[in-house]
Amino acid sequence: MIQYLKVRPLSPELEAWRIKIEGIAADLGLDFFETRYEVVSYDKMSEIAAFGGFPTRYPHWRFGMEFERLSKSHTYGLSKIYELVINNDPCYAYLLEGNEMVDQKLVMSHVFGHCDFFKNNFWFSRTNRRMLDTMANHATRIRRYQDLYGITVVEEFIDTCLSIENLIDLHRPYRPKKKTPAIRPKGDLPDELMGDGENLPRLQAKEYMDEYVNPESYIDAQRQKAIEEREKAKKHPENPERDVMLFLMQEAPLTRWQRNVLGIVRDEAYYFAPQAMTKIMNEGWASYWHTHMMTKCGIMEGNEFIDYADRHSRCTVMQKGGINPYKLGIELFRHIEERWNMGRFGAEYDRCTDMEERAHWNLNTGLGREKIFEVRKHHNDITFLDEFLTPEFCAEQKLFTYAHNPRANEWQIASRGFQEVKQKLLTQLTNMGQPVIEVEDANFNNRSELLLVHRFDGVELDDAYSQATLKNLHSLWKRPVHIATRKGDRAVLLRFDGETHSEGGFDGDSPAA
Amino acid sequence: MRITQDHRRFRQIVRGKVRRNLKQYISSGSLIGRQGKERVTIPLPQIDLPRFKFNSQNGGGVGQGDGDVGESLGPGDQEPGSGEAGEGEGEKALEVDVTLDELAQILGEELELPRIEPRGEKQVVTERDRYTGIRPVGPNSLRNFKRTYKQALRRSIATGVYNPQNPVVLPIADDMRYRSWSTVKSPQSNAVVIYMMDVSGSMGDEQKEIVRIESFWINTWLKSQYSGIETRYIVHDATAREVDEHTFFHTRESGGTMISSAYRLAAQILEDDYPSSEWNIYPFHFSDGDNWSVDDTRACIQLLKEKLVPVANQFSYGQVESPYGSGQFLKDLREHFDLDGDQCSIVCSEIKNKDGIVESIKEFLGAGR
Repeated sequence: MIQYLKVRPLSPELEAWRIKIEGIAADLGLDFFETRYEVVSYDKMSEIAAFGGFPTRYPHWRFGMEFERLSKSHTYGLSKIYELVINNDPCYAYLLEGNEMVDQKLVMSHVFGHCDFFKNNFWFSRTNRRMLDTMANHATRIRRYQDLYGITVVEEFIDTCLSIENLIDLHRPYRPKKKTPAIRPKGDLPDELMGDGENLPRLQAKEYMDEYVNPESYIDAQRQKAIEEREKAKKHPENPERDVMLFLMQEAPLTRWQRNVLGIVRDEAYYFAPQAMTKIMNEGWASYWHTHMMTKCGIMEGNEFIDYADRHSRCTVMQKGGINPYKLGIELFRHIEERWNMGRFGAEYDRCTDMEERAHWNLNTGLGREKIFEVRKHHNDITFLDEFLTPEFCAEQKLFTYAHNPRANEWQIASRGFQEVKQKLLTQLTNMGQPVIEVEDANFNNRSELLLVHRFDGVELDDAYSQATLKNLHSLWKRPVHIATRKGDRAVLLRFDGETHSEGGFDGDSPAA
Repeated sequence: MRITQDHRRFRQIVRGKVRRNLKQYISSGSLIGRQGKERVTIPLPQIDLPRFKFNSQNGGGVGQGDGDVGESLGPGDQEPGSGEAGEGEGEKALEVDVTLDELAQILGEELELPRIEPRGEKQVVTERDRYTGIRPVGPNSLRNFKRTYKQALRRSIATGVYNPQNPVVLPIADDMRYRSWSTVKSPQSNAVVIYMMDVSGSMGDEQKEIVRIESFWINTWLKSQYSGIETRYIVHDATAREVDEHTFFHTRESGGTMISSAYRLAAQILEDDYPSSEWNIYPFHFSDGDNWSVDDTRACIQLLKEKLVPVANQFSYGQVESPYGSGQFLKDLREHFDLDGDQCSIVCSEIKNKDGIVESIKEFLGAGR
């Protein structure tokens, strides 16, 4: 058993409820890792929350900063952490000491929802389930480096790594690992030899069919492709690389410990990414189940309903200034359940234009529960909203987009249109709200300078932040670094050469996506 | 706790003790809140590591709720929702309802201000009576019913007279209990703060705003330290006059500057109303450091030496930087007083801009006099 996490047994009353609620959750079809609860004081809770849910992290000031924020907002009565659960096998969840029993029951029901989601959602399937141990190992390693090279040196380097923490490839873990292509002579084949003797890929065919299966046009296309491949091979990286952290780990002139630290920061970034990618679904799913369990499964005493309703409504309140993931998530899951219960899906329903008929559409299909389980298995926030957000839901939930009106210098409701809302939501969620940035060329200008490209999609980068980040990148790459982006209509190239920042036009490939 | 180490490191960075290169990323939030509703923004220092990120102004987002298209969600550049308490990462300042007392405490913690110790000879002892106990004799007006009946109940149960079916309890003379008091001697510490402000032509609105913010916080802090605090306001250009608080903060006059006029008036007020044996005296003077003539400066120095400094706990001079002021007065003070000496009760502070307010408060109040 893990030694550094001293799990004290729950009080007999809590333990009884835990067993009961776990039973109910399992009966409802939730499928989770073993879930261990611990009751902690508020200080401890703030500490664990500051560490991102883990009892042990490597030493870094930003955890202290988070701790100060959390414990201060508690002291001044601003916010309270109710629940904390980490994606690990077994799952660990924390209950706040001194909460009322109804709160604890609510939190436990909610947590089983999360645990089910962690275990079954596809986007969590590649996460490290022994992260508790891994984090502790990271901490040990970083402490050792600090002993060897000095606290400030290591800390400064961690800061630099954190500054590019968002430059990872969110989809990399889900792609099948690329087979390393067999070594073949690169680009040294003279053009004359590209005739029939060349090794162009051909579809398998009997000799007499070859002319038809592999016609001249196909061979030409293959030849064209081969030439392009050879051109590409001259470039490094061959294809633009989204995982900037990995690229730097492999290519930047770093010492061994620096490479390791960069790797640690990258591992943790990949571990936390699915939680950001499924925030709406995950919270919605957990809220859906705590509601169901609390209100329909006889968990509450009669005198607890008011308190429960108070907590629940506070956590699923509508926010004007943004999206409350709890609210949007639970409502959308309910909406899907209702639609599939009543058969409001499929071609026939989509084709129906009679609003009256649509409003009373009910085929009693009863597939709702099954459907939401399926949804929780396959989707992430983007696909979830893309697939299931409907104009009806949008109006019912009073969703709107807002924008800044510079003339009045205030933020105003911009639109209630379905397309606008959906577009805005998806844009916000794309790449976790971070700009898409790739390594385009590691030998830019043929002077081993680093060129990153921002795939521009309408929103500009923050200038001051970009400059400071370039500076950090330079300290890793140790040669001038560039990022190609856009400002309004202009393609620009921001550059830092170790001493000065400069900005110029960019005449390479347009960085627009 | 494990986090203590990280927390200490963070505080060290914020205070600029280590990792000075991070200083540029620290945002401190503002110190001032809306005084009227006693709503205050508490500064929470945050270090924001640089990343490639979107420029927020052309962003926007999605919200939920009632309202027509075009309805405002709140003014300003701040994106709605970004300042709310929650789990957002970019959150920088918190808005809380706190009483002014709590505020002073927080202020003290944040700025690490020492508690002010009243000076020995100025301590005035007051006597107050406090109810501290119970005794069996006393005037009827101080009779304690509850204790009396408790005693009667105890006696009747002990003697077997008490009947639970008919719970009548009748106190007799021996059961009577009265509140007793004792006299507590407590040192009384009263303070008077005199704010003097230069309102001559060279003090612009921004300079006055700085004075307003600074004196509000000084007032808040001193109020938390003394039970009775009085404030008097003096404005001066070439002549000085006493004004009420509102005028003090809102008036704008023009003309020359004769600082001595203000010091003379302050000395007069102190002499008339606040004998130094009974009051802790805190004169504050804010100016842009431009005085009319050398002669007048000489008169100021003399007034300070003879009238103000001897009676005051601390004389504070704040010089606000203004595009017109020369800042000469501070230099003159330095010439005539040993400002850095331990014995000197004059504290001077230069306030460059709004961001300098916190530092300046620290300089004024850090001495704890």
